[in-house]
Amino acid sequence: MSMPFYVAPEQVMKDRADYARKGIARGRSLVATVYDGGILICAENPSSTLRKVSEIYDRIAFAGVGKYNEFDQLRIAGVRAADIKGYAYSREDVDARSLANNYAQILGQVFTHEMKPMEVEILVAEVGAGPADDQLFHILYDGTVMDEDRFTVLGGEAEAIAARMEDAWSEGLDLRAALAAAVGALAGPERTLSADDLEVALLERTAERRAFRRIERSDLPALLPVAPAPAEAPVEDGPAEAPES
Amino acid sequence: MPFFTPGDDPGPDFAALVRRLGLAPEPPTADVTDRLAITHGTTVVAIRYADGVVMAGDRRATAGNLISHRAIEKVFPADRHSGVAIAGAAGPAMEMVKLFQLQLEHYEKVEGSSLSLEGKANQLGQMVRGNLPAAMQGLAVVPLFAGYDLRRGAGRLFQYDVTGGRYEESNFAASGSGSLHAGTVVKLGFREGLSRGDTVDLAITALFQAADEDSATGGPDVVRGIYPVIATITAEGFSRLDDAEIAERFAALLEVLAGREAGTSRVPETSVETRSDER
Repeated sequence: MSMPFYVAPEQVMKDRADYARKGIARGRSLVATVYDGGILICAENPSSTLRKVSEIYDRIAFAGVGKYNEFDQLRIAGVRAADIKGYAYSREDVDARSLANNYAQILGQVFTHEMKPMEVEILVAEVGAGPADDQLFHILYDGTVMDEDRFTVLGGEAEAIAARMEDAWSEGLDLRAALAAAVGALAGPERTLSADDLEVALLERTAERRAFRRIERSDLPALLPVAPAPAEAPVEDGPAEAPES
Repeated sequence: MPFFTPGDDPGPDFAALVRRLGLAPEPPTADVTDRLAITHGTTVVAIRYADGVVMAGDRRATAGNLISHRAIEKVFPADRHSGVAIAGAAGPAMEMVKLFQLQLEHYEKVEGSSLSLEGKANQLGQMVRGNLPAAMQGLAVVPLFAGYDLRRGAGRLFQYDVTGGRYEESNFAASGSGSLHAGTVVKLGFREGLSRGDTVDLAITALFQAADEDSATGGPDVVRGIYPVIATITAEGFSRLDDAEIAERFAALLEVLAGREAGTSRVPETSVETRSDER
């Protein structure tokens, strides 16, 4: 007769967390930051059809990294929850905090009770009437919620990207500067990201109702910082970015 | 937060989701108009023109022979490039518009792209069809749907019957108690490729003439400054006209009509004297 092995709960949780983290680290990262006109969400995403960033409600956006089918399922559940709440009560009653709590409950439940944790990290962002009312909720695979007020990084290399973001970020960045900071932080010193590697969306504070706006790939180059000129064809007035000293 | 297993998923259909969660109201089991005076919305028209479609609706709601609301709105944006106008029982009609707007937005968010104009028109047809049990108990809703078809580059309009029958009209459509009169005015004034101004004037004339003949249709309320809701739907999207512009156009129409009336002599009322002569 076989006896089940005893495994300490600490070990079980640690194994699950390692599993989830490994899954998330396989994908590419994402940065969300406040800027003077609202919230900018910038993801490294080579696909132009499978989205990481999308609209949930009038002033609320969703972003996810990790396993696509899992965060997409969470996204649709969020759209449903928000639309149902707005339908049953009022559009004003739909808020990011309540959605973030809902997500945290589900992720926490799955993490402790299911065979496999969800290999995702998600973001629920809401643009407020003023910069002080902007909300960024970063939710981890185990249901941990973090409330950020400047910027947040989701994904495998979050720490390194956040450190670069910390250097580039300052209060009251405009869209161009915020995008430059986010793209620079995502790319790191060794890489350059072009429009085709990026998915960018905004929550615009001044929008009348639906604040979510995708910046199409064709419109991105105009907003991105001028790439450092390739060695064989130097631009006359030199590279736009100072070389690393 | 609602989760479904893949085979059991309502997909991007918000109305189905509402039903699944038990939020959809039950249709009444007896004829409600027998016992209650139900508020009704009345006359709406939609006219195709060079750049798209004009939709217009008067502002009166009636309950039996009483006016229950002077400033009700019957023309709504359905999404960026389409609009819906309602006639019939006001309560279920408003509910239908709200659900329809959400349905389109929900689809767009879940699927990541909007429905085709045809798809939107069919969705509304299904909603009207779903309302048939309530319509049988006196709560009929008969909307108009119009939009700018971005794929074809033209305005299109649709009318419905209570069974959800969806009929695409090529030039104009009208619904509600004053639709016979309003429709006739539009029919006589319609020409291919009308300009925006001419089409708005035609809609205003149609609503004025409907109000002239139908007691349930409201005319312009100059005292309170309440004018019909008029919107254009073009490639740029749904846009509601300013009240000031509508007031100005109404003033011009009234001037023309008053000028016509000024010269006409009225058939004399049967006077007391004539009556006494006859005796």
